[in-house]
This record gives sequence, structure tokens and C-alpha cells, in this order.
Amino acid sequence: MAEKTTTLNLTEEEFVHPGNRACSGCGLSIVYRMGLKALGKNTILVVPPSCLTVLQGLYPVASTKLPCVNVTFASTGAAATGVRAAMKVLGKENVNVVAWAGDGGTGDIGIQALSGACERGEEIIYICYDNEAYMNTGVQRSGTTPQGVLTTTTPIKGKLQMKKDVPAIIAAHGIPYVATASAAFPLDLYDKVKKSTTISGPKYIHVHTPCPPGWGFESRFTIKVGKLAVETGLFDLYEIENGTFRLTGPSQRLLEKERRPVTDYFATQGRFKSLDSEMVRKIQQQVDAKWAAYKSAAV
Amino acid sequence: MHIIESGNVAAATGVKLARAQVIAAYPITPQTPLTEKLSEFVESGQLDAQYIPVESEHSAMAVCIAASTAGTRAFTATSANGLLYMNEQLHWAVGARLPIVMCVANRGIGAPWTVWNDHQDSMAQRDVGWIQIYANDHQQIIDSVIKAFRLAETVSIPVMVCYDGYLLSHTYMPFDRPEQSDVDAFVPAFMPKNFLDPENPGNFNTVTLPDIRPGVDGVMEPGYIEIRHNLHQDLRAALESYEDIDRDFKKAFGRGGTPFVEEYRCDDARFVAVAIGSLSYQLRDVVDIMREDGIAIGVMGVQMYRPFPDEAIAQALSGKECVIVLEKALSYGNQGPLYGDIKSALYRLEDRPVIHNYILGLGGREIKTQQLLYALTESCTKPQAIEDTPRWIGLKLQE
Repeated sequence: MAEKTTTLNLTEEEFVHPGNRACSGCGLSIVYRMGLKALGKNTILVVPPSCLTVLQGLYPVASTKLPCVNVTFASTGAAATGVRAAMKVLGKENVNVVAWAGDGGTGDIGIQALSGACERGEEIIYICYDNEAYMNTGVQRSGTTPQGVLTTTTPIKGKLQMKKDVPAIIAAHGIPYVATASAAFPLDLYDKVKKSTTISGPKYIHVHTPCPPGWGFESRFTIKVGKLAVETGLFDLYEIENGTFRLTGPSQRLLEKERRPVTDYFATQGRFKSLDSEMVRKIQQQVDAKWAAYKSAAV
Repeated sequence: MHIIESGNVAAATGVKLARAQVIAAYPITPQTPLTEKLSEFVESGQLDAQYIPVESEHSAMAVCIAASTAGTRAFTATSANGLLYMNEQLHWAVGARLPIVMCVANRGIGAPWTVWNDHQDSMAQRDVGWIQIYANDHQQIIDSVIKAFRLAETVSIPVMVCYDGYLLSHTYMPFDRPEQSDVDAFVPAFMPKNFLDPENPGNFNTVTLPDIRPGVDGVMEPGYIEIRHNLHQDLRAALESYEDIDRDFKKAFGRGGTPFVEEYRCDDARFVAVAIGSLSYQLRDVVDIMREDGIAIGVMGVQMYRPFPDEAIAQALSGKECVIVLEKALSYGNQGPLYGDIKSALYRLEDRPVIHNYILGLGGREIKTQQLLYALTESCTKPQAIEDTPRWIGLKLQE
């Protein structure tokens, strides 16, 4: 990887206007701001319905300084393909074509179009900000909502099923670059997005994105909650480059360190309050098993 | 130059001559040979375009929407359930005012599955805001495709060119293939005012409020209802644009002159049969037979269905005794869609003809000239007042 970006050498150029319509403490605000800094001016965005549609503003005002086409929910991967096709026709090959969607728009309704684009090897960057439910419509469960989480459509028992592993599904397409990142580690995210602009073929970055109103925590704790997800080993930061998996940054360091118990993370958010001790024990076991596998692979 | 080819190849040839730049399609019968031909044109280098073999029709239209927003000429084609799968995207394409052109090889809709021809697929999309042109033969397919690109880009509204599945898509007929240089002169390069451009960034299809709202410069911009009103007005104005384009086409290529309806032996007719697509040509044979029997009947083919050329239709049918609308589509629970539209167009006349509605040919049921002869003779010899429910031709109901 190229030299790591720090707060000292991070570009001061901004592509998101301040005072946009994001909620207080919005994880996406951080992710979007850092992602666009990494992408730079020569970028076209493709956005399906999501919190980002709201963040972007209401006609005739927009909060993004980059060209953006809003598209239908299921069509993001295909729409990005269309922009890229047009760029090829017009001889503007060096433009970054970037799809930016939520977890429901990516892993649920948008997975077919995304899978098609990956299979065709489209020259696009696809960024999924995963706030682990349909937040824009009022916190309904999605395929990427973790087990046990209370949402407005899993209001009593919490979600019974496991979180869908979307980056693994995308990686199974054999695309050259799949990475995960977190709103709580913005410079790591920046470097991954930056790197994706230098790789040819489809690139997919899955970003864990805490959501204060949806997850039930105070808006000042966005970074803290995001960090805990990584430090407890629940959400892992990694890259899969040409098929080779490696943990990155804080998750890589976790191989050598004691992980914090998952309860530290669960205790910070209202959405986990229906978890009983048996379920917590099972989740801890799953996390331990996953990390045991990471460690044996790293040896 | 005259060639003999299928209707699908006529369509593909029109797309090639119009120099589509981005083509996306998903296979569905009976449209498939059209896109196969286009992929061949692109792969062999005869057409300088991007061909995207998408994973669904929804994505096909997504590619076209995005490519058109980015400033390129986009084309797709489909049939039946593929068209219905695109429905959301059709609304999106026209709401975004993108001049996409799409061919629809008309086919019945499941369930139950049918691959054969009727018009239910495109008729079900009549209210999305796309322009709909129906071709009656191979020459009209290729000519309509070429005119469609110019029309779409003139009025910033997408255009559907529809033609009968199998009856036209898979049959072979001679037609004139225009010269590339003539088509280049007729369809100039696509130069949109606004497009996705990092040098001049804009946000397209942003959430729009119910009311008008000022931009950062203080200038009031339209709300949703104004945007939709303008689409409707522009669609109505597209009638005139298409008349002009058709006139120019006739000057350049010697064909056309009937942009909205094509009349056959209607001048002195007391009765007029009305149909869409190849059926209107089949009806010419019936009209000839009936004329020999002394019945003054003509046939009118409706070529542009949306925007609806109500004035032209009312004018053509004014003073007739009976109008007989034969349709391969049905607004279930009501009547044939064309029948309803023609009745509404005739409302302005003081002396309104009697009007009958026949439903026929659904799911590819063979339409026999003898059946048409019988039905039209019935209507001409026993013209009654308007009926509430359509009559059916060729039904074989078992007791």
C-alpha cells in the first residue's frame, strides 16, 4: 500500500457542502466527506434512494460538488455501467465512475445489478455504506442487519437471522479489489478509496457506518461505537486484492491484541437491548471462532 | 438500397444507421434477434458503440438512463414481461427527460406464458409518458427507428417503436435501407445541454418538493407538479414536432407523409375499421372484398398512439356512420384502450359516429380474414349504439 494518509497530509479540498441534511452525528457524513476527498474532482456519482439522497439536498439545491445522477433503487450497478459506457464513447476514460449506495440498496434490492456489473468486469468503484438497516425509511431490518438487532420490523425479538456477508458475496465474483472500512477509521477509508482509483476493473468497498437514531446512541458517540465494532472483532477491516485476503490497520493489530468482549459494543446501543445472555454467548463464540481462523491463516 | 430481411434486422439496421452509442439489452423472445444483430454490428466494428449485455431488462434501461444522462445516444429493445420489468425505469427515463429509443417487439403477457403477438405489453405502458409509434411493416420499422432518434432528441422525451412480434419481427420482407450519409444528415449528433460532467457538476433527479423553491441564486425553480405539467405540454407539442420530422423525412427519403394515421379507402367510406400494427394492413384485404360487395368501408391504421393524435383521428372519422375498433389489447374490466381513446377523441364532434369495439388475436390467436369479414359486415349492416363491453373475434369457448 502507498504511504498512509495522516491528518497532516490529508487534502483540504472539500466536495461536500457543510450544513447538509444529514442527521447529527451521521456516520455517512464522515464516510461521504472522506470518500469524496479521496476520489477527487474528476468523478461522477451514481446514487440510489438512501440517506445519501436526503443528505444531497432538495432540488434545486445540492450539497455535493460533484456531478451526480440519482437512479432507481435496484439499478445502481447497471446505472454506473451506463455512465462508464458513455465515458468510453466520449473518450473520458480517466473519470472515476462511483456508485454509492446503502446496505439495503446494495445487498438486498441492488444485488442483482451489482452482481451483473461485477461479472462483466465494469470499470467502476462501488461504495456501500452499511448502517445495518433501512434507515432512510425509518429503521426497518435489512439483509445486513446483525442478529438480535431491534428494528421497526423486528420490534420485539430482534432480528433472528445472521447478517448477510455482502463483501464476501462480491469477492466471490473474483473482482480485483474488495475492501471493508469504517466511519470510525476515516483515514483508512480514505486510503482504500484512493487505492481503488488506481486499480482496473470493478472495485467494492463496504463501509461500516454507525447511525445514532437507528442504532440508539447519542450522536457524540459515532466514532466510539464504530471503533468498538472493530475492537470487539465484530466488524473487520480487510482488503481482498486479486483474491488475497489480509486484515488491515486496527483489525490487523487485533491479531496480536486481546479483543474486547462483544458486550462492550452491545452495551453502547439501544438496538441490542433484547439480546439475552445465551444469544450474547453464541455471538461471542462465533466471533472467537472467526478470529481463531484469522490467526491460523496468519501463521 | 433494397434488401430482404426480418423486421428485427430492419430495426437493428435503423439503430446502426442512427449511430446509437450505447446499447444495452437482455434476451427475450421475440425481440432477441434484434439485439443479437446489434451485438454483431458492434463486435464486427460496423457500429462504433458500447454493447452492454446486462443481467435484466431493468438494468438495460438503467444503462440507457445513465448513458443518456452522461450525454450519449442510447438504445434498448424488449418484449412483453421484459417491458413490464422495466416499468419503473420507463417512468424514470421520461421523468428525467432522456431521449432514449427502444424497440418493442409486441408480445402477449403471462400468466399464462405466451410468446406470441398481441399489444398488451406496450398498451400497458401507455401512461408512462413515452412516445409510442407503431410500425405496420418492415419499411416502417426502419424508418420509424430513424425518425424516433430525431424526435426523441428534439423534444427530450423517450420513444418506443413498437412492431408485431413474429408477424413482423420474424418475417422477411423487402425494404429500402437508407444511405448512411442521408441518415447522418437527418439525425445530427446528440448534443444535450446538460449532462454528467465533472467540469460542470450538476445533481440530476434530485428529490423535489411539492412546491416551487428558490435555488442558491434566488431564482424560483419548479416543483414536482410543474415538472410533470411541462412533460405533458411537451408531449402534446411533440405531435407537431413529429409532423415536421415526418415531412423532412419524406423530403429526404421519399417515404412517409402520414405521421399519425394511415388511411386506406377512407375518403368516400361510410364505415371505417381502425387498428394498430400489421392488423391494419391485413384489414385492407377485407376492405377490398367488402368494397366489391358494395359496402363503402375503409381502414385506418393508428401509427402514433402517445401522444394521442386526437385531432387527426377526429378529423379522419368525422362524418362516418360507424367506426369499428379492432384491438389486440384490453383494459381489463373496461374496454379496449384504443377504443376508449377514439371515443374520447370523437366526443368533440357534433355528429358522432356509432363505434364498435372488437378484441382479437390475444396471445397470438390466429386472425382469419373470413372472421374479420364477418365481424365488419355485422357492424356495417347492423350499426347499433355504443356498446358497454367489447365483442370478441375468434373465441372458442367450450360449454
